[in-house]
Amino acid sequence: MQPDVPSHWHDMGGGPAGSVPRAEHDFALWEKRVDALMVLMSNKGHFTVDGLRRALEEMGETAFETMSYYERWIAAINRNLVAAGAYDTAELAARMEEVARRGATYGDAQSR
Amino acid sequence: MPHDHAEHLSPSGHPYRPDDDGPLSYWQVMEIAVRELLVEKGHVTPEEIAAQIEAMDARSPAQGAALVARAWCDPAFRDRLMADASAASREMGFDIGALHLVAVANDAVTHNVVTCTLCSCYPRNLLGLPPDWYKSRAYRSRVVREPRAVLAEFGLDLPPSVRVRVHDSTADMRYVVIPDRPAGTDGMSEEALAALVTRDSMIGTGLPRTPA
Repeated sequence: MQPDVPSHWHDMGGGPAGSVPRAEHDFALWEKRVDALMVLMSNKGHFTVDGLRRALEEMGETAFETMSYYERWIAAINRNLVAAGAYDTAELAARMEEVARRGATYGDAQSR
Repeated sequence: MPHDHAEHLSPSGHPYRPDDDGPLSYWQVMEIAVRELLVEKGHVTPEEIAAQIEAMDARSPAQGAALVARAWCDPAFRDRLMADASAASREMGFDIGALHLVAVANDAVTHNVVTCTLCSCYPRNLLGLPPDWYKSRAYRSRVVREPRAVLAEFGLDLPPSVRVRVHDSTADMRYVVIPDRPAGTDGMSEEALAALVTRDSMIGTGLPRTPA
C-alpha cells in the first residue's frame, strides 16, 4: 500500500533495510559532552528538542548515512545555537581553526 | 536507496567506530569550539557540563530493572506504574525530569516492543542512553513491519499465539516494557528479581533471564 504523500527520509518505519547491526560502543567523552550540551542548552531555553530534530531532518539522508549519531547532533546543536544568537559563525570558524592547531588527537585539543 | 555502504563495514559486517585517540575529527573540533564559546559567553559552566555527564552516566538499565522488580512484587505499585509510569519512577527516587513515560506490560499472550521510527526517542532518563542498534535504520524500519523477524534476530522466537504490539515513541512520550515475571521465581527477593531484568527485556527485544 503506497501512502498518498511520500514520507520524508527520516520517517523510516516500514522501509526496506537489512539485518539489525548488533555491535554497541561505549560513548566517547566528546560524545557525552555533545549530549550534555544538548540537555543543558535546551533546559536553559536556548532551543528545544524540536529544534534539534528540525536541524537533523534538514541535514538530509546523506548526513544520516555518512555521519555518526553525535556528529549529526553537534552539527544540529550548532545550527540552533547560531540561530539563537549564542555566538556567530565567524566566532565559531575562528575558534575551530585555533582548536584544530592544538594537536593531532581529541585529547590534545580539548580544553579542561 | 543510498545505504549500501560496505566500505564503512568491518570484515565482520559491523560499522567501524573511531577510537578516542584517533585523529582529531572536524566534528570533535566543532564540539570543543562550541563548548568553549558557550563557557566564555557565560551560557554554561564546565562544572554544569561535568555534572550533566555524571548524571547521565548514573542512569542505567538498573533503574528500570528495579522498577520492574517492584512491579512484580507489589500489585499496588504495578497499578500505579501502569497508570502513570513517570510518577511511579519518581516514587522510587529516579529523577526522570519532565519525561512522559508510559509502561506497557507483557503477559502470556502479549509481547510489547518499543521503537522510534522518526528519530531515536528512548526512555533515556530511566534506562540511560540507547544502544546503537536502537538508532539504526534497520531496526527503526523493520521492527514496525516485521517485528517477529527482527525479534528472531535478537534470539527471541515468539509463538504465533503471542500477539506482538509495537510502540512508536515520540519526543514527548516514551515507552518502557514491563516484561512478564519468569516462572520459577516465587519467593525471590526484589533485588534478586531485578538482577534478572535486562535492558533489552525493557525495550522488548529480549526476555528477562531465568533464575540460575
